[in-house]
Amino acid sequence: MHPLQTIARERILILDGAMGSMLQEYRLDEAGYRGARFADWGHPLKGNNDLLNLTQPQIVEEIHAKYFAAGADIVETNTFNAQTVSMADYGMESLVRELNLAGAQLARKAADAYTTPDKPRFVAGAIGPTNRTLSLSPDVNRPAYRAITFDELATAYQEQAEALIEGGVDVLMVETIFDTLNAKAALFAIQDAFVATGKEVPIMISGTITDASGRTLSGQTTEAFLISMSHMPLLSIGLNCALGAKDLRPYLQTLAANTPFLISAYPNAGLPNAFGGYDETPTQMADAVSEYLDLGIVNILGGCCGTTPDHIREFAARAAGRPPRIPQAQ
Amino acid sequence: MKLSGLEPLIITSATNFVNVGERTNVTGSRKFLRLIQDGNYSEALEIARDQVTGGAQILDVNMDEGMLDGVEAMTTFLNLIASEPDISRIPIMIDSSKWEIIAAGLKCVQGKAVVNSISLKSGEAEFLYQARHCRRFGAAVIVMAFDEQGQADSYDRRVEICQRAYNLLVADGFPAEDIIFDPNIFPVATGMDEHRRNALDFFEATAWIKQNLPGAKVSGGVSNVSFSFRGNDHVREAMHACFLYHGIRHGMDMGIVNPGQLIVYEQIEAELRNRIEDVLLDRRDDATERLLSYAENVKGAGQVRQKDESWRELPIDARIEHSLVNGLDAYVEQDAEEAMQALGSPLSVIEGPLMRGMNVVGDLFGAGKMFLPQVVKSARVMKRAVAWLEPHFAAESAAAGTAPRKQGKILMATVKGDVHDIGKNIVGVVLQCNNFEVIDLGVMVPPQKILDAAREHDVDAIGLSGLITPSLDEMVFLASEMKRQGFTIPLLIGGATTSRAHTAVKIQPVYDGPLVHVNDASRAVPVVQKLLSAEAADYSAEVRSDYERLREQYASRSAERRYASIDQARAQRYQPDFGAKPDAPKQYGVFPLRDYPLEDLVPYIDWTPFFQAWDLHGKYPRILTDEVVGAQAKSLFDDAQDMLRQIVAEKWITAHGVYGFFPARQDGDDIAVTTPNGERRFLTLRQQGQKAEGQPYMALADFIDPAGSDTLGLFAVTTGHGVDERTQIFKDANDDYRALMLQALADRLAEAFAERLHQRVRTEFWAYAADEQLPNDALIAEEYQGIRPAPGYPACPDHLEKDLLFELLDAERHTGVHLTESKAMYPTAAVSGYYFAHPEAKYFGLAKIDRDQIADYATRRGIPLADAERWLSPLIN
Repeated sequence: MHPLQTIARERILILDGAMGSMLQEYRLDEAGYRGARFADWGHPLKGNNDLLNLTQPQIVEEIHAKYFAAGADIVETNTFNAQTVSMADYGMESLVRELNLAGAQLARKAADAYTTPDKPRFVAGAIGPTNRTLSLSPDVNRPAYRAITFDELATAYQEQAEALIEGGVDVLMVETIFDTLNAKAALFAIQDAFVATGKEVPIMISGTITDASGRTLSGQTTEAFLISMSHMPLLSIGLNCALGAKDLRPYLQTLAANTPFLISAYPNAGLPNAFGGYDETPTQMADAVSEYLDLGIVNILGGCCGTTPDHIREFAARAAGRPPRIPQAQ
Repeated sequence: MKLSGLEPLIITSATNFVNVGERTNVTGSRKFLRLIQDGNYSEALEIARDQVTGGAQILDVNMDEGMLDGVEAMTTFLNLIASEPDISRIPIMIDSSKWEIIAAGLKCVQGKAVVNSISLKSGEAEFLYQARHCRRFGAAVIVMAFDEQGQADSYDRRVEICQRAYNLLVADGFPAEDIIFDPNIFPVATGMDEHRRNALDFFEATAWIKQNLPGAKVSGGVSNVSFSFRGNDHVREAMHACFLYHGIRHGMDMGIVNPGQLIVYEQIEAELRNRIEDVLLDRRDDATERLLSYAENVKGAGQVRQKDESWRELPIDARIEHSLVNGLDAYVEQDAEEAMQALGSPLSVIEGPLMRGMNVVGDLFGAGKMFLPQVVKSARVMKRAVAWLEPHFAAESAAAGTAPRKQGKILMATVKGDVHDIGKNIVGVVLQCNNFEVIDLGVMVPPQKILDAAREHDVDAIGLSGLITPSLDEMVFLASEMKRQGFTIPLLIGGATTSRAHTAVKIQPVYDGPLVHVNDASRAVPVVQKLLSAEAADYSAEVRSDYERLREQYASRSAERRYASIDQARAQRYQPDFGAKPDAPKQYGVFPLRDYPLEDLVPYIDWTPFFQAWDLHGKYPRILTDEVVGAQAKSLFDDAQDMLRQIVAEKWITAHGVYGFFPARQDGDDIAVTTPNGERRFLTLRQQGQKAEGQPYMALADFIDPAGSDTLGLFAVTTGHGVDERTQIFKDANDDYRALMLQALADRLAEAFAERLHQRVRTEFWAYAADEQLPNDALIAEEYQGIRPAPGYPACPDHLEKDLLFELLDAERHTGVHLTESKAMYPTAAVSGYYFAHPEAKYFGLAKIDRDQIADYATRRGIPLADAERWLSPLIN
């Protein structure tokens, strides 16, 4: 049994909070993103957060360290967009492998520094949804058209997964899934990556419920999403992003009642306010996630957009000593 | 077994029987084959939709036809299904005898699908390879009773093959609950002795599988059984029903059927049923002859499907509810009359079935199960019914002195100086639907008139609306007047520029009564209900403390914000490369475009804001296929297209435009233009919010060369003439839906006119980008050179600039548009603005500015500081 599964029987695991919101605090400008190495790169690079693994590694590592210091058991690598599909926006397809290797190594370094015999720390290789969707056409006049094929997407994911595994991640995290077919391509690719690298790691899956309709962007209900993603042995399945902790609760209950896998939850710090920011304070958000603990519906708890090490510290405090959800065989 | 489309399908031992829709199969339906061959996918989709509405729980799709590119057809059709939420809500069965078609199909479905089928036909290795591949996509599989020797055609062979396949799969790790066996349904009553046990062997093998292979399910293609009776639908349908009846009793879990044609076993005439069962269960030697002779007599009496009018059989209440919920006005007058006969008075019809029906509409809307366009259609039905009842009602109330009881009386108005009322009208309709009396004072209503009317009608709440920024101040003023004049009733704030933040920060401090910002028609009803209910005090206290918190947050935020002095900001102006400035136009001057052809504007419409006007949020075109609002958006879009065709064909509205080019020079933050009457100045405002080192503080003047010999363009367009008259006709006919539709379309056409004119200016009239070629989405995404900012919008929020713009263009004469005291344009479907053609010109937001610039601006404009502060107050730090 994987150490994470062993620990998950005893207590609730804490995942980190937002990477993007934390990076914004450093107010990097174009030159900051470029660093010396990409000073003359032909595309604007500001906003390419994954590139900071190469150009500002000390910042990325510092953020990981802040989350570990706040009590996180697991941090996610800064590789949300590090595959060729998303990197094409920056003309950086050729750097994908390097970005993932560096991202994995930075998180690994921080995790190893914080690991103690009582409290091992873990690294989850973050695999985002890409900016294309396999279930929807971008052109209403051609509803059968797709901007990318399953095979192209799987190829991109496989490259990312292989580099993350080689970079030393403990688990792979397919997250912010707005289109289940994209995630299927990721799972397909990860299986190939296991074969190619000769190494298998546990898989975490996290979908995104877009709004109060209770559905993914590609239209699936929470339960349909769960059914569509349960064909591989998973470490966990859960939900992240789009909703605040309070609004996410009913969908987590649906998942928790219907799966033998562990449940993960990392909501946003509320809904965006009129100014586009996130307002929920650590205390407010922790009050809402405490409800998860009372209901016994989570095993892995963290934060998405707008959450900070202060939020994670508060979650860790609230979750300490609370029994984790006991998964039931279905 | 768990499967999924957009929604789950969970098959348990308690599930009776799962229908798999069979009509989207080129081998089984000649019609479907023809449609696919002709590339008529839209009609092919209708067949799929019919299957779902007919009751299919899984949709079988088969493209196995020699003349078809099966991979291509399967991919295209499954991709199309994915865009139709009412079809893709059920799981897909990917049906092919060709592995490459199955493999292609698996790449197109996000849900947990069923593969139909794999088998041991080519040996164990290939069988296991295919099963593993299906598993990697999470698909369940149908395993045909077929092996290296051929298809199982006896009980023993069925059992032997299914047992072997099951053992192989389970040993390989394939989940037993994802295995479905198809033990082969073969035709009966063929006249050949070896076929007599075909059905019976299937039934018995089914029972054996269910008993001996745990978790496995059984399916079959049912229509095969009646193959001998092709052309005799009546007998075939009866045979299918009988076959299923016995199959299910033996443990059959699912079957590929035409769900729209399933008849009920009990309803088959006893004689026919008996003869069919003799055949299926092999009960008599002459069973086949007896069925054939019976069949001769009933030939051709197949089921005829009709448009579903069965709701007309329902009781009167339910019929009225059906009309309201579905927005059908065909029968509502007839039903209103019938209800009046039954209930004795028009009042009891309104307070009874009509109100109950509208409450259902209100509940569905509140629960997100109906959308705004549907509710407006419901309101149309309601109004038609009430209009029909009114003459009777007037007579009655004259006699009895009564009137229907309302939930409350709401006064609504667009504030002084503002003419925009689509949003207000929508909220008014929704409130009326929910039995509120709405007193609508219209647009440009002076504050005292609002307050006088509120007193006179003794209203329960006031709703204010506005779109342009000066309206925000009008609202603050009106709120302070309400307080001064002793009002305590609830005040509701709505409209595009309003926000929770503005309401909390600027309006709440000046009004003590209940105050709520409502920017969403669907929220209007619950908010007003709460404000007028017993819990009103609690609710408004809650909102108030919410706003107080927001105000504190805002205060702490703005405290952090720092400003550069206007001198500093000017020193760090944006400095484009004026070597790259555009050439002058061929001719300076003013050029009117009278009666511009509407058909030239239609392709330039940006539809996304159109849907926003109806509270349907999402980007066009994706919104048309949105899971939640897609169907509504599509229906709304179709109605809009119909009206648009009429608008153009019947010239409901007239479009006028004017543009002009003037020699221009940057002078400080002014743009000095040369006109026939000498030099005139446009005053631009400069960003002051603290920027990072090296970042410029932008003003529009920066895009014009200080050395002169540069050009400023101006334009004004309208598509508003004729809108009011036509809207009134619709309103008089109680048709708010079409009235709102026309307003929304006129607004879109005005924006389209601005987009089209800008394009022609770039490519023909000024022609600084003569070889530009961009499709509409690129236009909407503003991928062209140059900008067309409009006074009142983020880059130049000063509405006073419109005065000079209108004067230089003589815009009132050329377009018939005039400016209100708040500088709103009337008719409202109008756009005016500047053209800046420099390649580096870009849109920006001015954001807040500091007091030193206001003072400087007052001097430049030659107006008292207090006036400048009033006009620019939303911008002042």
